[in-house]
Amino acid sequence: MTEETKQEFWRWTESNYRNPDLDWNSAKHITVGVDVGSVSSQAVIMADGAVLAYGNMRTGADSPNSARNALKYALDAIGDMPEERMDYCIGTGYGRVNVPFADRSITEIACHARGANFIYGPQVRTVLDVGGQDIKAIQCDERGKVTHFLMNDKCAAGTGRGMEVFADLLGVPIQKVGDRSFDYKGEEPEAVSSTCVVYAKSEATGLLRKGWSKEQVLAAYCKAMAERIYALIERVGVKAEFAVTGGMAKNRGVMDRVMPMVGLDRMQTDYDTQIAGAAGAALFGYALCQKGKGRKK
Amino acid sequence: MITAGIDCGAKNTKTVIVRDGKIIAQVAVATGFDQEASVEKSLRNAAESAGIFMEDIDKIYGTGSGKESITMAEDTINDIKAMGKGAIYFFPKARTVADVGAEEGRAAKLDDTGNPIDFAINEKCAAGAGAFIEAMGRALETPLEELGPLALTTDKQVPMNAQCAIFAESEVVGLIHAKTPKNEISKAIHDAMASRIVSMIRRIGINEDLVMIGGVSYNPGFLSAIKRELKLAHIYIPEKPEFGSAVGAAVAAAESCAI
Amino acid sequence: MLANYGYKDASGDFFITIDTDKCNGCSECVSACPMSCFEVLDEDPNDPLREDPVAIVSPVKKKSLKYECGPCKPTADPSPLPCVQACPRQAVSHSW
Repeated sequence: MTEETKQEFWRWTESNYRNPDLDWNSAKHITVGVDVGSVSSQAVIMADGAVLAYGNMRTGADSPNSARNALKYALDAIGDMPEERMDYCIGTGYGRVNVPFADRSITEIACHARGANFIYGPQVRTVLDVGGQDIKAIQCDERGKVTHFLMNDKCAAGTGRGMEVFADLLGVPIQKVGDRSFDYKGEEPEAVSSTCVVYAKSEATGLLRKGWSKEQVLAAYCKAMAERIYALIERVGVKAEFAVTGGMAKNRGVMDRVMPMVGLDRMQTDYDTQIAGAAGAALFGYALCQKGKGRKK
Repeated sequence: MITAGIDCGAKNTKTVIVRDGKIIAQVAVATGFDQEASVEKSLRNAAESAGIFMEDIDKIYGTGSGKESITMAEDTINDIKAMGKGAIYFFPKARTVADVGAEEGRAAKLDDTGNPIDFAINEKCAAGAGAFIEAMGRALETPLEELGPLALTTDKQVPMNAQCAIFAESEVVGLIHAKTPKNEISKAIHDAMASRIVSMIRRIGINEDLVMIGGVSYNPGFLSAIKRELKLAHIYIPEKPEFGSAVGAAVAAAESCAI
Repeated sequence: MLANYGYKDASGDFFITIDTDKCNGCSECVSACPMSCFEVLDEDPNDPLREDPVAIVSPVKKKSLKYECGPCKPTADPSPLPCVQACPRQAVSHSW
């Protein structure tokens, strides 16, 4: 198998969006949030605290270019707004200190809570974000202010990266992992018992050799991911309402197995769940502008 | 008296046969996916290599992560005790022993009979075991037997930030892309691994001579990093360190007969 | 805010929790920790609209707390942790 075709297994679709009902010309403050993650990067452009446009792309080889590309992608969706129109920009995510055009950076914890409060509404109290290289479990108040959090970015178990390793091992495209894990029609298998991704990989190889189908192994691994993610949520505690952000929110193989453990319904939104961090950053920018703490002109 | 110790590890199953305090056979076979079959095979091969019949063996003790598969064993002993007895067999003065195998790292403080007084374990996470170095070797596309010696050819410190083997693989790939010389990457890998084992040894308190057993003890890059961090001139290592725990099990079996 | 710094891996839970509602950024933990695991920042990175100093666990240390904290957690006769003891407001705790 060539390197190129191998990589295809963990690609997903890029997208950008423009809100047709907003006119940037009449906005007082245009603020931008850029979330440079390990796998994907998003730029959200807000007009007075409302989403004007966003771009969601794969992260490239370096953070500055990924940030630039995501912003350009969002600006492309608007079409006629010059970059200079932006009043304040905040970087967040794993590559947040490497966003060259940002006025400042804010942690992804703060931004995700704020962003979830925005895209899901003020009832949200628990936010789960499963990203490419980390898991965040956050409790927040009605203003989106963090009251309790943990972020696990040391260990790949339960993260998008762990899932990629499995998608790659089994030769299943990442977007199809969730559905394929439900294609196994037998009884739901026991979760893969090794937490460590390195050891889980050898365990899975053993299961395949024992005659398990790819679907059965995927089901067992999705279940292991779900158990792992739930163990982290439990540490901060579950309070209703419960919202999920980040790329893993789109993987039903994992999420449909996490939610019964949480015991709550997951909040729904029309927004792309991957933009939560960038939306939060743009909102902090708006709050600073309103406080008169925007960019010195 | 003839006793056997079988150590069924994550990667290899090792059998040692001891006659009247002397090792007469040491055989390792790959554990593979059928643990019971590998256990049998390693015992049969060991008996053959010692030139004895299976019936000549008075007692068999099992140890290691797959000890439940050692069905012919009279008893099993835990991994900490096996490594302690093994260390004392080779080096009677040993009071601190570390065992770094494919999937686990352990350290123990011993009394003068090799029984553990205190211990620490790195388990279930590849970051603290041989699997970490193996994964890095794959990322560097360098065979293990070259990877360790490579680390000795530089003094340069390249930081490694990732702890997790999965994330460290990506970091190594990044270092390769940044044209970091292979030997510097290799040193970074071994230093990172050694610092985790050293921290474990320090927790139990290093006490007189340090003995190391387990397959990773063959790796000169790892050993040199351990010596540097612990400021030790010498580490005591048996000729075939991977058999340390199997020896310990065989010795414990003999001791139980003597009582 | 209860800020949990650290991680959970297959070998266990290794979190240092700082209660930022109690912490006043006095820096006692910074001087007490022999491994320099703490820092005090002028602004809470996870609560950017609050403008008071607060202690955090250093980003370079938080992924290796199991090892960094090893010297203060000997397996035999562990004594009270210096960071926990030093904090006049009981804002620091360990999960393991």
